[in-house]
Amino acid sequence: MTEEIIIAGFGGQGVLSMGKILAYSGIMGNKEVSWMPSYGPEMRGGTANVTVIISDERISSPILTAFDTAIILNQQSMDKFESSVKPGGCLIYDGNGITRHPARKDINIYRIDANDEAAKRGILKVFNMMVLGGYLKVKPVVSSEFIKKGLEKSLPTRHHKMIPDNLEAVDIGKAIIQQIQSVN
Amino acid sequence: MKELRLMKGNEAVAEAAIRAGADGYFGYPITPQSEILEYLMAQKPYETTGMVVLQAESEVAAINMVYGGASCGKKVMTSSSSPGISLKMEGISYIAGAELPALIVNVVRGGPGLGTIQPSQSDYFQATKGGGHGDYRLIVLAPSSVQEMYDFVKLGFDLSFKYRNPAMILTDGVIGQMMEKVELDDQIPRSTREEIIKACPWATTGKTPDRERNIITSLDLDSSKQEKHVLKLGAKYDKMEAEEVRYETFGCDDAEYIFVAFGSSARICQKSMEMGRAKGIKVGLLRPITLFPFPKKPIKELAKKVKGMLVVEMNLGQMIEDVQLAAECKTKIEHYGRTGGIIPTPEGILNALEKQIIGG
Repeated sequence: MTEEIIIAGFGGQGVLSMGKILAYSGIMGNKEVSWMPSYGPEMRGGTANVTVIISDERISSPILTAFDTAIILNQQSMDKFESSVKPGGCLIYDGNGITRHPARKDINIYRIDANDEAAKRGILKVFNMMVLGGYLKVKPVVSSEFIKKGLEKSLPTRHHKMIPDNLEAVDIGKAIIQQIQSVN
Repeated sequence: MKELRLMKGNEAVAEAAIRAGADGYFGYPITPQSEILEYLMAQKPYETTGMVVLQAESEVAAINMVYGGASCGKKVMTSSSSPGISLKMEGISYIAGAELPALIVNVVRGGPGLGTIQPSQSDYFQATKGGGHGDYRLIVLAPSSVQEMYDFVKLGFDLSFKYRNPAMILTDGVIGQMMEKVELDDQIPRSTREEIIKACPWATTGKTPDRERNIITSLDLDSSKQEKHVLKLGAKYDKMEAEEVRYETFGCDDAEYIFVAFGSSARICQKSMEMGRAKGIKVGLLRPITLFPFPKKPIKELAKKVKGMLVVEMNLGQMIEDVQLAAECKTKIEHYGRTGGIIPTPEGILNALEKQIIGG
């Protein structure tokens, strides 16, 4: 199994930390992982993206141009990465602020309105974990027990009291994600 | 079982320095390697192992603090990125001339000049051919994973003490910024004063009545003595070439074509290799791990049996010169490179192989 993922959105949406928690969970599940962020001028107040690879084998390139899954959280990232999903792959997006919806006919498309749901519940801080939950519903690459362990390892101890809220957000995400288009 | 952590390459360097029992780190911030200094400051090893961590007033000051610490037989290091390494070059030449062990980490960014903060491998010449003045060599290690960023700190220190010669880890923003799984070693205690006096009889540890003064210098105005000194350095570099060459090969046994690449480029080439093999192209990869000493012999052997080699680097063509020298015109050799902070894609590399080597 090798899963190659790009997560892209605005800086501050928790894109990089979502990737980090996913990667840590992969390690807890005894997988090989890599996490490669954009660290250039764009992350200083613009779009941020991270490539995460989870695999049973040694990982070759940490930098990719085609992905099994793209998780897209704003319009700029949709414009940039819709075309990078491998045919038959998955595109997951949050509808908030999206003016041009995905048009590809050869990929699976899922929509998760996590931003609206998190705002409604007043839990915007764990918005990214909701998106992660939605992703794990579609691609169960790591089990929930490893997500908990991944959170324990990646969050500083003083934030461990937040773990139950994060796990709840994962469950909400799993419940609210909707498939828009299936090609399988 | 060893402790596992998800770490950035830069953090792995910093953690490795603490655990290897380093005595001091002297640095000055610059993207994309500032996490080394930040991580050390956050860990506060001066409260645990006693390791000094100091942000100097400049790169020049930092390398000269390394010079001073190394003169005393201490395990000391610095890190920077390309423009900062250029500033350190005078000090590095002095450290090599004075035969001192030290570790220098260069997390390369695109140049020349201030260039860009994005990854590059355009400091290959600077690291392997000089950079500073005079007849000297650095032991140059090129990690291609976060685990190797960690492992090469201890290896770099060990080699630099073995040869009394500075070692450099030459890496780039890709490996520095990415996170991967790292297996951590147990803490090695810092050397005691007695251990340093015993292991480094040349160090300025304080003169005792039973020995002559130890003088650390790179100056000798007597040419015959200076020549003798340089020849001694030369013999050391010959010994490194005979004993310290490190490299890794992938799929070279049945290969008709070979990628030669180091560091992050070698990682991307592995993907190009997978893609090429899926198309029926028998392509392998040779990854030099030591850039000096350079793996001349395995390249020469492969050159005799393959149809061509593509040297992939994030520069205009630097390591290709060493590959060409090693291959002795036995096979076709071409270069594929991206510069200015642009990272080559697996597709771009495979395309270059098909166009420049197979179809060319």
